[in-house]
Amino acid sequence: MSRVDHAEASSRFIEAKDHAEFHDKRLWDLRKKRDAETQAIPEWEELRSLASAIKEHTLSHLGDYLVEFERNATANGMVVHWARDAAEHNQVVYEILQAHGVTTLVKSKSMLTDECEMRPFLANRGIETMETDLGERIQQLDDEPPSHIVVPAVHKLRGDVAEVFGRTIGTDPGNSDVAYLAESQRRQTRPYYLKAEAGMTGANFAIAETGSFVVCTNEGNADLGANLPSLHIASIGIEKLLPKLEHLGVFVRMLSRSALGSPITQITSHFRAPRPDSEIHVVLVDNGRSDRLGMDDFWYSLKCIRCGACMNTCPVYRRSGGLSYGATYSGPIGVIIDPTFNLRKYSSLPFASTLNGSCTSVCPVKIDIHEQIYKWRQIIAERHQLPMVKKEAMRLAGKVLSSPRLYRAAVEAAAAGIEKLPRSLVYNPFNAWGRQREVPAAPAQTFRQWYLKHRRGGSR
Amino acid sequence: MTTTRDHVLARVRRNQPAWRELPQLPSFARRADGRLEAFAAALKRMGGSFAAAPAGALDAFVRARFPDARVICSATPEVAGTRSTAAVRDPRELADVDVGVVRAAFGVAETGSVWLSERELGVNAIAFLSQHLVVLLDPEAIVADLHDAYRAPGFGDARYAVLMTGPSATADIEGVLIRGAQGIRSLTVVAVSAPAAPSVDAPRRSA
Repeated sequence: MSRVDHAEASSRFIEAKDHAEFHDKRLWDLRKKRDAETQAIPEWEELRSLASAIKEHTLSHLGDYLVEFERNATANGMVVHWARDAAEHNQVVYEILQAHGVTTLVKSKSMLTDECEMRPFLANRGIETMETDLGERIQQLDDEPPSHIVVPAVHKLRGDVAEVFGRTIGTDPGNSDVAYLAESQRRQTRPYYLKAEAGMTGANFAIAETGSFVVCTNEGNADLGANLPSLHIASIGIEKLLPKLEHLGVFVRMLSRSALGSPITQITSHFRAPRPDSEIHVVLVDNGRSDRLGMDDFWYSLKCIRCGACMNTCPVYRRSGGLSYGATYSGPIGVIIDPTFNLRKYSSLPFASTLNGSCTSVCPVKIDIHEQIYKWRQIIAERHQLPMVKKEAMRLAGKVLSSPRLYRAAVEAAAAGIEKLPRSLVYNPFNAWGRQREVPAAPAQTFRQWYLKHRRGGSR
Repeated sequence: MTTTRDHVLARVRRNQPAWRELPQLPSFARRADGRLEAFAAALKRMGGSFAAAPAGALDAFVRARFPDARVICSATPEVAGTRSTAAVRDPRELADVDVGVVRAAFGVAETGSVWLSERELGVNAIAFLSQHLVVLLDPEAIVADLHDAYRAPGFGDARYAVLMTGPSATADIEGVLIRGAQGIRSLTVVAVSAPAAPSVDAPRRSA
């Protein structure tokens, strides 16, 4: 499996200037909407602490809560399945569909099924899966994975969508009116809800106490898929458990505010039992989660509620796009989850960060994301997975930073250099720091020069 | 033979971190008054419409609001419409519904949401397959926030329950907000008191 080169992929993303600028702006807009919503709630920080503590408690008792969920869901009339990994998950889903003679599946958004690469598995066995979330559908039709866990096609502009729809579902490729494109999606999917033999959803939360699960969406697609066909399958990662119904008060208040800056998703659905003459099957999926639970530094990432706030605020994510991470999960949360799947393949991702800590400060469940990123860097360096250029630069930096004399000389030379060097030398293709930014003017004196002048010699 | 279930549970139990306490949920200070106004404002923000109780009959109100509607399907005896959910055998029969009418069990002031389960919906799909949805809400049945909503007894025995907040919507293309994504195109909440005695007409099929 080849290593993902995040920097190289990002440089291709940046080349499309209109796209890159819009991407940055759109995600920052989500961040600002999130800020406005959270600042309107006086107890927001208390909610964060509660959410974090509830998740940590649940994860420390996960075995018991999984058993409780299974017992109650089964008593409610749902069928509970288990899957060790992606392959077992796909096989379980396939067997349920096959037993019911399903040929068409209408599916709402689920990162877990992307993680399991379920769609091609089913397609190879003659089952058509229609993604029904607009963003996810755009990505399916364009044969690309989602680039964001909440807004899957956020890297595309309306013209791109018009082109994809024109090529695949026969709309006018020259019409990039957003209302027209959304209406085209509505008209295309509605007949599928009526003819599909099964609907599939993920879940945002699963409640041990009630044996129920919650699906938070906006488009109406998940509930059409779950309430029309007589078979509903929900794939749920084992970390989605919450002990009690009352805990939803905390988490539902936070999820959409963090994700989109809206007080709640338009549709927040609670599935406890199947309708008469219908079936609900729940697949509880491990796929590496129980391993992660045992990692001292990294199990906290299992608190994640997949809101995407860390992605929206991350300067690296906003300027490199989700696809450049080459993984199901991108952005800061992806950077700390992906290496648990494959350390070698994703060894460049923990370096796709400035460690500014913004991700940690917006996280509704208080995952110490930037600290985990730093810990992954240490592990990757220890295991000699660092790229050559980075290694050399770090060796040199280590030498300079460990010697006060060398450091002073370097700082003074750099200040003088920026002033005097011709532009062509600073802003050239070989200097990464001169790209897409103006290097700030150097101060007239260094801190040390200032200190020596004002503080030394006991003048005060 | 170890089953997958036992395998996953054994790994989880072996790896789960040391005991962490479950915090008690505090009761957050909230205003008891002005819930209807807060509800209406929140609903409007989420793209829904709010209407005060009409002077005349509810049927006339719905017809006046949707003059072009051919099929008006009602799940509440308070509105006759052209079809009752009680007559529906398969949820797909609702594909031609222009306007669905239901009565919510309660509303949530914080978010402008209405709470609907299979009891209120008659047929769950009415809230999604209809082009438009009219929801009757008793102004006295509005809880302050989501914490209170999750203390409502209905969750304990509803097979399906939805907190619906405005019409279906998407902003998946360039963040442009489209109201009326794949479910209902509009949501109108009418503040009208519940009939004095709870309706005891023929039990409606929950489908």
